[in-house]
Amino acid sequence: MRTLRLALRSLLRDLKSGEVVVLVLALIVAVASITAVGFFTSRIAGAIERQASEVLGADLRLESAREMDPAYEEEAARRGLRTARIVSMPSVVFAGDESSLVALRAASEGYPLRGRLKIADAPFEPARAVDGIPGPGEAWADSRLLARLGVPVGSKLGVGAHTVTVTQVLDYRPDQGSGFADLSATLLINLKDLGKTELVQPGSRVRRALLFAGESGPVENFRDYLEATIRPGERLQSVEDASPQIRASSDRAGRFLSLASMASVLLAAIAVAMTARRYAQRHLDSAALQKCMGASQGLVLRQTLTQLVAVALVTGSIGTLLGLLAQFGLEWLLRDLVRGDLPPPTADVAWLGLGTSVVVLTGFALPPMLQLKRVPPARVLRRNLEPPPLRYAVVYGFAVAAVLGLLLWLVKDARLVAYLAAGIGGTFALLGVAGALMVRSLAPFRSRASVAWRYGLANIARRGRESIAQLVAFGLGLMVLLLLLLVRDDLLDEWKASLPRDAPNYFMINIRPDEGEAVSRFFSERGLPATELVPMIRARLVRINELPVEDMDFGSERARGFVEREANLTWAERLRADNRLVAGRWWDAPRSGRAEVSVEREYAELLGLQLGDELEYDVAGESVTARVTSLREVQWDSFRPNFFVVFSPGVLDDVTGTLITSVHLGPDQRPALVDLVREFPEVTIIDIEALLSQVREVMDKATLAVEYVFGFTLAAGLMVLLAAVQATRDERRYESAMLRTLGASRRVVFQGLAAEFTVLGLLAGLLAATGASVAGFFLAREVFNLDYSPDPAVWLAGILGGALLVGSAGLLATRSVVTHPPVATLRRNY
Amino acid sequence: MSARQMERNDTVLSAAEVRKEVNSPEGTLAILSEVSLDIDRGDSVAIVGPSGAGKSTLLALLAGLDEPTGGSIHLAGHEISAMDEDGRAAVRAGHVGFVFQSFHLLPSLTALENVMLPLELAGRRDAHAAATEALDRVGLSGRRGHYPRQLSGGEQQRVAIARAFVTGPDVLFADEPTGNLDAGTGERVMDLMFGLNAATGTTLVLVTHDRALAGRCGRVIALDAGRIVGDAA
Repeated sequence: MRTLRLALRSLLRDLKSGEVVVLVLALIVAVASITAVGFFTSRIAGAIERQASEVLGADLRLESAREMDPAYEEEAARRGLRTARIVSMPSVVFAGDESSLVALRAASEGYPLRGRLKIADAPFEPARAVDGIPGPGEAWADSRLLARLGVPVGSKLGVGAHTVTVTQVLDYRPDQGSGFADLSATLLINLKDLGKTELVQPGSRVRRALLFAGESGPVENFRDYLEATIRPGERLQSVEDASPQIRASSDRAGRFLSLASMASVLLAAIAVAMTARRYAQRHLDSAALQKCMGASQGLVLRQTLTQLVAVALVTGSIGTLLGLLAQFGLEWLLRDLVRGDLPPPTADVAWLGLGTSVVVLTGFALPPMLQLKRVPPARVLRRNLEPPPLRYAVVYGFAVAAVLGLLLWLVKDARLVAYLAAGIGGTFALLGVAGALMVRSLAPFRSRASVAWRYGLANIARRGRESIAQLVAFGLGLMVLLLLLLVRDDLLDEWKASLPRDAPNYFMINIRPDEGEAVSRFFSERGLPATELVPMIRARLVRINELPVEDMDFGSERARGFVEREANLTWAERLRADNRLVAGRWWDAPRSGRAEVSVEREYAELLGLQLGDELEYDVAGESVTARVTSLREVQWDSFRPNFFVVFSPGVLDDVTGTLITSVHLGPDQRPALVDLVREFPEVTIIDIEALLSQVREVMDKATLAVEYVFGFTLAAGLMVLLAAVQATRDERRYESAMLRTLGASRRVVFQGLAAEFTVLGLLAGLLAATGASVAGFFLAREVFNLDYSPDPAVWLAGILGGALLVGSAGLLATRSVVTHPPVATLRRNY
Repeated sequence: MSARQMERNDTVLSAAEVRKEVNSPEGTLAILSEVSLDIDRGDSVAIVGPSGAGKSTLLALLAGLDEPTGGSIHLAGHEISAMDEDGRAAVRAGHVGFVFQSFHLLPSLTALENVMLPLELAGRRDAHAAATEALDRVGLSGRRGHYPRQLSGGEQQRVAIARAFVTGPDVLFADEPTGNLDAGTGERVMDLMFGLNAATGTTLVLVTHDRALAGRCGRVIALDAGRIVGDAA
């Protein structure tokens, strides 16, 4: 009890005197940063949990790209289950001259079987739940779609060969998935209208779903029945299967944000370590005095621990509250990407907040504070008596254990933690070495500088370790921001510039083979660029070298996706200009009848394919086998129809597929698209620019969220600066007093401080700009295959931003050094 | 010497052949050599000597703040030289009070809280009442709520004296108690200390350069180069 009282009283007093303010602030920043992300991701996870039963819009959902056997529905009805159908496909809708890409969904009566649709009378008006679907001739449109087309509810939309009237705004579908939404907006129509649109043709990119719901017993039995009877290409989903997938994708996003928040935690931890060291140093006397008056080592230790626990509780609570507020910011930034109402945040994130505070304190503040327990009591008589120094193993052991512990808590994957720890350690070490070199490189300037500048530069050099810590802290924060703000745009511009001016901007798919010539004529008659129609066939890979793919283990999720989904194939006589052979030979004897296949290199790597391998495809129920005779590299961003798998001519002649083409249309040529759709209603037009701008929109939003989280990193960087300034404040006051006693004006002292912090900021900015440019360079070369030339704006923004930010923050933090009367400092007999 | 012998002779503090050596770059350095002394209950003893004579080291050893390299020290019946740090802390809590040259008040505590501190450390429930009374006795009842920085040097030392006497220690150790005070203030503060010493029967051991102050003590032990060179009653 007395320990508690003594400890708390002393802590309260230290708080009042500003002694532990930086420590407390740094911890609050760390906790707020980690809990803001934690609360937000917990809400998304909660939404997934809550909607688990609704997420399919049914208890069971059978999906396929092909028409499914009506026997499934008959069997379900016989077993007393309710059924519904939904057909979805990408399409383009028109309102006058405006067009937009949509995810067209046609539903039958009864949809959804679980959960309810929500609709509104106008965009952004309060939504209400309804039973039922749009009637024939009607459509419910996503508000994003109406906004994009610039039309109100009540407008008529052209969908393929049919016209529907938008009667409601579609606010929510149970099966839209939670977390991050599809790119395109939904248009929901009645299944009875689908035929009239004439959009569904052999080979169209259509997904069909059969929904089943009923009592749990019959549903279970029916599930067993379906599992035994479904055909290749048909996928059965139940509630248990559906939510983990969504959870996995939102988990990944959440993990990424958590790691971003870890950067702030690490920097805050540096600030905590710096303040704790100073705190311990300043409390050696009082610990010695208490020991002198009979306090045991245990008592001093208990006091220290009590204070740490109190600080953890206070900062954990305040930080968590701030995190709770800050997550609303994240929600707002991502409001268009996160669909549906999110449930309130869960309380268990508060534990993460408290845990972060405890772990950071234990790892970074406890080791220096342990010194208090070890201070010799005779220090009351001889102030130069210090506690025995802590072993480095203790200091760094605690810190490393704390960081690894936190990472493991956030990421929950030991191997990933090992990689991350190596990555983080490497980055910090690299930045540290660069910082140290920069500090050393300042020496030659000192002799040539004026008094104020010499004083400033000398300060940076003399407080080498603190200077490096500040350089790393600000360098890291600024680097990430530069990377996100400028380098990202540079890369996008660079990529755009790498595209030819006449790169196709429209894809046309679903062209019936018998209409191919008519479509070509349509183009030539209107003076539009000539189109090259490429055959496209939907097929599924079933065997590799006679081994069923179901029995094979492909390391990556992407590879599994390749074999589980139906793939698009083509056949060609000649190698296309935007393809390059990297192995094997192209078929030189056209129509020899020998079944050969050329495979894209990355596809081959993912599936472990080699020249000579035999691939068996199921093409509309027919089995087609071909031998791999070449590997290709494909320049995908030529925006021309390209395929992972190309067959030799003659093999797929009997198969009905569709044709696909791409074309570049100027703004004045675009109205022709309306005529094209009227004449060939089943042709689906994909607007690449619209698609790209949607991708960009999503990227912008996501980047904004990441930037928001890295805002905490800058705040943590400021804490490092404050900690460093506080650690040296007495020394600075003494120096300032000495300088002024020796005749320096306040202005000279002020200029010296300004020089010190501006140079620190300048160097941090330089470090950040270098880091961001190097990272941008590697991203460009290794990930995006682009030539990247560093943008001078990155350097300008980095250096100026750093100098301004650190310069002004440093001056603000040290202003008392200049304003403090020198006589007061000297009288205290420093 | 056994505890029983100490009782009989009424010796409260004794040192037998105490040595203190420290390791330095030049090798082992003897700070105190073969120091033996007995101090009776209620005595007032001044330890004097030039700077570097080992006065403060001897005080630290006698008060159990430090461990001797050799020899034995008994304080209030306990052989503190054979104890570990926590054992000595317990003896200090029960039997010892301190007054320092630089007062050593905790800046974060008020005058009253500073005086309460040793009582609270000893687990005394009447800490508040006892500390209030002790402050009254040093004439600072009106300054209870003041923080050290709001007090003059003399007032701070009076708070320190109240703190030293409040536990009713057997021995009060003072290290240059007037070193940071002007002559007049120093004298008044010492009047107070000797007055309390007489009133409570506490044994007083003080280290000083101040001849006048040493002269007020019943016994003066002179130290030079780590050895006792004079012991006069």
